[in-house]
Amino acid sequence: MTPRSDKSRKLLDFTVKAVSMGAALLGIFFLGWILFVVIQRGVAAISWDFFTKLPTPPGMEGGGVMNAIIGTVLMTGIATLLGVPTGVLAGVYLAEFGKHTRLGAWVRFTVNVLMGIPSIIIGLFVYSILVFPFGHFSGLAGGVSLAILMFPVVARTTEDMLSMVPNALREAALAIGNPRWMATLSILFRAAKSGLITGVLLSVARVSGETAPLLFTALNSPYMMKSLNEPVANLTVTIYQYAMSPYDDWNQVAWGASLVIMITVLLLNLTARLIVGGKKR
Amino acid sequence: MTAATDAAERLLRRRAAEVEEEDDDDNVRIDAFLHHFREEDKEDEAAPAKLSARNLNFYYGGQQALFENNLDIAEGKITAIIGPSGCGKSTHIRIYNRIFELYGNQRAEGEVLLDGKNLLDPGTDLIELRRRVGMIFQKPTPFPLSVFENVAYGLRLHFKMPKSELNGRVESALKKAALFEEVKDKLDKPGVALSGGQQQRLCIARTIALEPEILLMDEPTSAIDPVATRKVEELAESLKGNFTIAIVTHSMQQAARISDFTAFFYKGHIVEYGLTRELFTNPKQKQTEDYITGRFG
Repeated sequence: MTPRSDKSRKLLDFTVKAVSMGAALLGIFFLGWILFVVIQRGVAAISWDFFTKLPTPPGMEGGGVMNAIIGTVLMTGIATLLGVPTGVLAGVYLAEFGKHTRLGAWVRFTVNVLMGIPSIIIGLFVYSILVFPFGHFSGLAGGVSLAILMFPVVARTTEDMLSMVPNALREAALAIGNPRWMATLSILFRAAKSGLITGVLLSVARVSGETAPLLFTALNSPYMMKSLNEPVANLTVTIYQYAMSPYDDWNQVAWGASLVIMITVLLLNLTARLIVGGKKR
Repeated sequence: MTAATDAAERLLRRRAAEVEEEDDDDNVRIDAFLHHFREEDKEDEAAPAKLSARNLNFYYGGQQALFENNLDIAEGKITAIIGPSGCGKSTHIRIYNRIFELYGNQRAEGEVLLDGKNLLDPGTDLIELRRRVGMIFQKPTPFPLSVFENVAYGLRLHFKMPKSELNGRVESALKKAALFEEVKDKLDKPGVALSGGQQQRLCIARTIALEPEILLMDEPTSAIDPVATRKVEELAESLKGNFTIAIVTHSMQQAARISDFTAFFYKGHIVEYGLTRELFTNPKQKQTEDYITGRFG
């Protein structure tokens, strides 16, 4: 029996470390690359007009995507209004009331499946119940499809964040004579506050960049909407249509819209990080 | 009359007889000395039960943790519950405010009579029960609120009162918990910013602000330092009389220092229960003696 070579062991150790680190850096590399390209191509499109003017036909100078920005904000807003309260309440059920129940287990499973459904299927589904029967696309349908995407994400984060609150605090909150709902709202929510806000922000960031569910629901529009009961312009479908068009100036606008979404998502993520970081300090 | 005091009397009289001739002065002094304990024992023994466990069994899922527990918690007294780790001390008092029901797989059978009424009845109003039976936990658990709000929280939950009265009650609870002087300048600071011992006294203040009838303390000093422990012990002693206290403790010294009655738990059974002085000086059961003399546990 001879001892194994020290050198080969150390070499192997180093190789595995280097390869795994390389793979990890790949993530940063692609984010950096995407950011670089989007900024490089998009920044030229950004101007005051970009945020304040309506789209112009190809070849005409000076248009903007104000209608799409407003549409995206409004539909994300509808999604947040519908998806966050229901998601939070479902998460409360999962973490507090139905934790050990059969129904709770079923709901948890369903929410996981819902989270894994491709967004285009959600879009098709909403098309079949809110677009086809009414005979026209609508911003409302767009908001609803985004809300369906949002719901499981918020429900799961809420459950996770509440489950992270130590049972000692839960017991103390109940031992003082709180009803369960009150203990949850006034004590546990406060203890899990930063996690909950982060979860909501990240889910907003997630749906604000969705295209597929809007393609079948809100569609898109070159006009300023008059109500949510008609096709509503939005950034992601605008990117899709403008980028596919043969016109250079439209392609330019698509890059600009991409930049706006990227920056928004980045800011939402940074805000979420700041909230969590602030809590730790 | 307790055997412990009787034994002490015999000892003292024999000593007195040995030292000198029979002397009336000695006997008078011995009488006076013992009188105090006799009166205390008599008073303790006369205290009615505020809470009585009757044939109490407890299960964690399929596993039985308490076996036919019978225990009286005397009104206005401190009852200590001692025993080695895992013997069911905490499990036992966690039945008194039904906090164990937070977990789906835990189950209690038998009766716990609070003023003669079985609190394990399904019809018991848990909110009312927990206002009457407060609990202090092992680890300090301040709410994520300010010092003031930590105490005001329960008061607002259970009572309606004008702001001025609320302020007064918060202050008085903090004073009773011997914390007011230390926190009066940081009432609006978060409760979690206090030291561990202060946090525990804040939790006590928060609980006694509701003027519960019974105070359950589940190893209240196991997570805090000796100085803070002393404060909590003094606090418990000052509160008795107004409150009925049941305290689970790991420390026999603590039980001996502050309690009037002691129950010794072993493997889910109540092995022995009686006046603290009695149980520590003259245990009736071999297991109790082994435990208090440090042969196991």
